[in-house]
Amino acid sequence: MIITTSKPFEEVLKELEGAKSVFLIGCSSCAATCETGGEPQVAEMKAKLEAEGKTVTGAGVYEEVCHELNTKRKFRENKEAVDAADGFLVMCCGAGCQSVREATEKPVHPACNTMFLGNIARLGNFNEKCSLCGDCVLEEFGAICPVTRCHKGILNGPCGGTDDGKCETDREKDCAWTLIYNQLEKEGRLDLYEKIHTVKNWQVSMKPGRVVFQKEGE
Amino acid sequence: MTFFFDGHKKPSIQEILESGTFLVTGEVGPPKGTSLDEMVHHIDLMKDIVHAMNITDNQSSVMRYPSLATALVIKEHGGEPNLQITCRDRNRLAIEADLLFAYSRGVRSVLCLTGDSIPAGDHKDAKGVFDLESVQLLQLMKTMEEGKDLGGNELNEPISFYKGAIVTPEANPIGPQMLKFKKKCEAGAQFFQTQAVYDMDNFKRFMENARKIDDKVKICAGLVLLTGPGAIKYMNANVPGIFVPDNLAQEMADAPKEERLATGIRILARQLRMCIDEKLCDGVHIMAIGKEDVVPDILKEADVDITKL
Ligand code: SF4
Ligand code: SF4
Repeated sequence: MIITTSKPFEEVLKELEGAKSVFLIGCSSCAATCETGGEPQVAEMKAKLEAEGKTVTGAGVYEEVCHELNTKRKFRENKEAVDAADGFLVMCCGAGCQSVREATEKPVHPACNTMFLGNIARLGNFNEKCSLCGDCVLEEFGAICPVTRCHKGILNGPCGGTDDGKCETDREKDCAWTLIYNQLEKEGRLDLYEKIHTVKNWQVSMKPGRVVFQKEGE
Repeated sequence: MTFFFDGHKKPSIQEILESGTFLVTGEVGPPKGTSLDEMVHHIDLMKDIVHAMNITDNQSSVMRYPSLATALVIKEHGGEPNLQITCRDRNRLAIEADLLFAYSRGVRSVLCLTGDSIPAGDHKDAKGVFDLESVQLLQLMKTMEEGKDLGGNELNEPISFYKGAIVTPEANPIGPQMLKFKKKCEAGAQFFQTQAVYDMDNFKRFMENARKIDDKVKICAGLVLLTGPGAIKYMNANVPGIFVPDNLAQEMADAPKEERLATGIRILARQLRMCIDEKLCDGVHIMAIGKEDVVPDILKEADVDITKL
């Protein structure tokens, strides 16, 4: 799931300085779970903006705003409110924002900061475990990702800063290399730990990433 | 290949270690800015009483005068540099280019480090690079010895350095650390300088384990000057991989304020002597961190004269 946090309301207001009227968009997928763009947050934003004298021409919480065709369809269904707005405030991830970008020519404003692809430890507690490197090496590391969970992305064992199983950058975070060691030891596969991993190809999925299904015969 | 500083007569770290001579190195911390007087003073103080001087590379992620430039300053002043390179601030292209430059100017040994994390330093908003890490940096140097860069392209001539790495004898847990030590040896490390050691019994245990893994690689003990009880408390609580045992902490605490530096010098000198007399390791690396002025006193106290080792 894509983890987002809400931008401070003052920052949102600044973004909307030139807009008298605005259409709000939330997302019932990731942003709802992150409590940044679900029904309650969109309703709250509407009230706060109205209290600041803005006209909210409409609001919608869509399923997967990142789905561009879907978002365009929703815009067509809400044509009147969409047309009446000076701009759009998007309460979900940066991908969702840019999906809205494809659906309108008017200004699009982000209401959130997009943090990472996260696992849900429990509600309101998210951790980054995969950073989408395009060449998954989990097999070699007991299914614990050093690219992401080691602050320095080291592929060959702990740095000098590791201490008591914690990372030098943050005593609240586990050192990935202690986790990997313990896991491989449990599995009786410490030989994997001894393998030297040569330089990583960081351009497997060159930014901006693109994947297109190849149909048979094409 | 012609070197720019052909004048130097100092033996290299490789020549010293491989001849079986006990290696004594010091360390220079470049300043923040271009006023180099104090650093040059330290270089002049140390250049003839230690075999070589490490130069830290933006140590603790704090931006400073470059390590590569400092290596040249050391050579200009007749010393032998041991160039530290971290992977935090440069990607593989930049590191390769720096290695070409270093080699062309007669730098002969490089110590490979991954580097401290960005938040530890004074540019907390910067982007850490970490395109490579220490093991891969060692491999990179091996590749360049074969006349190639990491893109697989030919260099117009191969370059080679004596390849160094670090290891942390006090690491907790020690298991992963020793496996990493093994990997570094396999990746081409020819000598090690350890993170600070204070507990000499633990260091002896570490050396036994290390020798079992590789009995040829050269290992030099990292000795860091103690300056006072406050610093000890701080290090024990905050610096990973450094542990000052109670007896040393007590010795420092018992010393009157004006005797503390002298006590630190005495402790370091004692450890240095022990490393030589008990043949614990192949050399020592003295880190006086900010107190480089006292390195001559340390060597005098330990009765160590590198011309007689
Ligand atoms: S190696 Fe790590 S970052 Fe790369 S795809 Fe696998 S889990 Fe994600
Ligand atoms: S302490 Fe562990 S997780 Fe943190 S940077 Fe070092 S090796 Fe990576």
